[in-house]
Amino acid sequence: MNDQLDDMYRDIILDHYRSPRGKKPVDTADISSEGMNPSCGDEIDMQVELGDGLVKDIHVNCRGCAISVASGSMLAEISKGKSLDELIAIAEVVKKMLKGEIEEIPEELGDIDALQGVKQFPVRIKCALLSWVTFLEGVKNYKNKDKSEKTSTSTEEKE
Amino acid sequence: MSNPTSDKKERPKSSDSSNILNVEKIKNDFPILKQKVYGKKLVYLDNAASTQKPQMVIDAITEFYEKSNSNIHRGLHSLATKATESYENTRKHVARFIGGVDSDEIVFTRGTTEAINLVMYSWGETNISEGDEIVITEMEHHANFVPWVILAKKKNATIKKIPITLCGHLDLSNIDNIITEKTKLVAVSHMSNVLGTINPIKILAEKAHTQGALILADGAQAAPHMKVDVKDLDVDFYTFSSHKMCGPTGVGVLFGRRNILEAMPPFNLGGEMIRQVSFDKITWNEIPDKFEAGTPNIADVVAFDTALNYLELIGIDKIRQHEIGLTGYAIEKLSEIDGLEIQGPREPEQRGSAISFTDKDIHPHDIGTFLDSKGIAIRAGHHCAQPLMRILGKVATARASLYIYNDEADIDALVKAIKEMRSYFGV
Repeated sequence: MNDQLDDMYRDIILDHYRSPRGKKPVDTADISSEGMNPSCGDEIDMQVELGDGLVKDIHVNCRGCAISVASGSMLAEISKGKSLDELIAIAEVVKKMLKGEIEEIPEELGDIDALQGVKQFPVRIKCALLSWVTFLEGVKNYKNKDKSEKTSTSTEEKE
Repeated sequence: MSNPTSDKKERPKSSDSSNILNVEKIKNDFPILKQKVYGKKLVYLDNAASTQKPQMVIDAITEFYEKSNSNIHRGLHSLATKATESYENTRKHVARFIGGVDSDEIVFTRGTTEAINLVMYSWGETNISEGDEIVITEMEHHANFVPWVILAKKKNATIKKIPITLCGHLDLSNIDNIITEKTKLVAVSHMSNVLGTINPIKILAEKAHTQGALILADGAQAAPHMKVDVKDLDVDFYTFSSHKMCGPTGVGVLFGRRNILEAMPPFNLGGEMIRQVSFDKITWNEIPDKFEAGTPNIADVVAFDTALNYLELIGIDKIRQHEIGLTGYAIEKLSEIDGLEIQGPREPEQRGSAISFTDKDIHPHDIGTFLDSKGIAIRAGHHCAQPLMRILGKVATARASLYIYNDEADIDALVKAIKEMRSYFGV
């Protein structure tokens, strides 16, 4: 069990948890999204600033456990400079990875691979998914309405 | 003049609590506690969520299916008589257990949640109208919160809340402006599942009755841990669950005063709850059958009788004394850990054994997972009390909750693991 525990709380995860990326608020929020995990009360809100069709800046504010905070931080880290479509694809990979549908994930996803250890703790998968699901919901809303509106989502329903 | 030394209020010494019950012997009654989790001795501290079952309760379920299984009330054969007798025997036992009420005043439900919903749908729908007020508290479990909020919305009634003090007690300083002549119902937890606080039900019952209102006490956390006398408390409704007191899941109890239950319409409609049915006219059965439509959870109700026997064998007052000692010990030891904040009253005499805590650096979920890796089962989350979490300024808490098979060694294991956890996460 201690091995499994160490596998989930890898150094990379704890590093993201202790100093999460994306703390700085964005100048203009083109996409705004909120999410929560009803079973544990974790809450997240994020704002994305776009420029030339790419993510110029992202702010992720997650009030939750080490896994949800680290996962949100990884999302913030990888987002900058990517297009929304690229990020949708990455989010889908993360979802598949956490559901155990794929083992190998592209090397360019970097730190995200460290979330693999969460799979051994089924109740914690929701924590790792929260930021990605919230991001996807925000993007969906943005695309549907052109102009973003605040959306609310929960991993329990969307998983 | 009293002896000054005897006036000194001392917290029970750590060794006192372990002598009240023979915990080693009790632990032995629970087969599940013998297992190891991740190679470590299981330390079960999630009793406010559900307690474990002693062998005699597990055997009672098997025995029912082996020897008495049949539907109740209707059959004329021997098995049906046996099953009916056993089922009704539990009802009588429950009536005695909560202070000697009439067994007709005991309704079996699926659990506390369903018992409160029964009152909401049956009594609430009939008796709450526009402008009425329903009084709840800030520390209610969602089961005693959501039904009343939804009913109030539907009826254009108002919800009023009794606030809590900083130390986790109900703040009664403004109570006469909260419970007023507009109040129709006061719905309050007897013991908080998050703070552990034991609420002053008798005082609230008197306030409610003075204003012509009824009072419902949610006893899900209280009934397993302390003597409950609904007549002394003077409540109109009292609810609790079997599975939090060594009994099977799927059995709840609603106590209601006879005259109130008799005036209430049925909850579910179907078999058993009727007296006469024709195309033109349907008449309801007497209480409590009126509220028990369909085939109930017979085997588990029957086994609940054994659970009550088991608790009485140990002694409810002894259980309470044991928990006061152990809760005091736990609070004392947990308080010594840097960065840990304990919720609810500090004095074990004023509270039950559910101890919620937070770590200033580590999220309750991480606490829960880490402790599990050490074989320690606690609960982490909002404990179905989101409004209270907001008031406490927390998204969640970790909660250790104790029972008859817990001892100081379990608390020591918890404290040791929390200290290890803090170094594991590097805080």
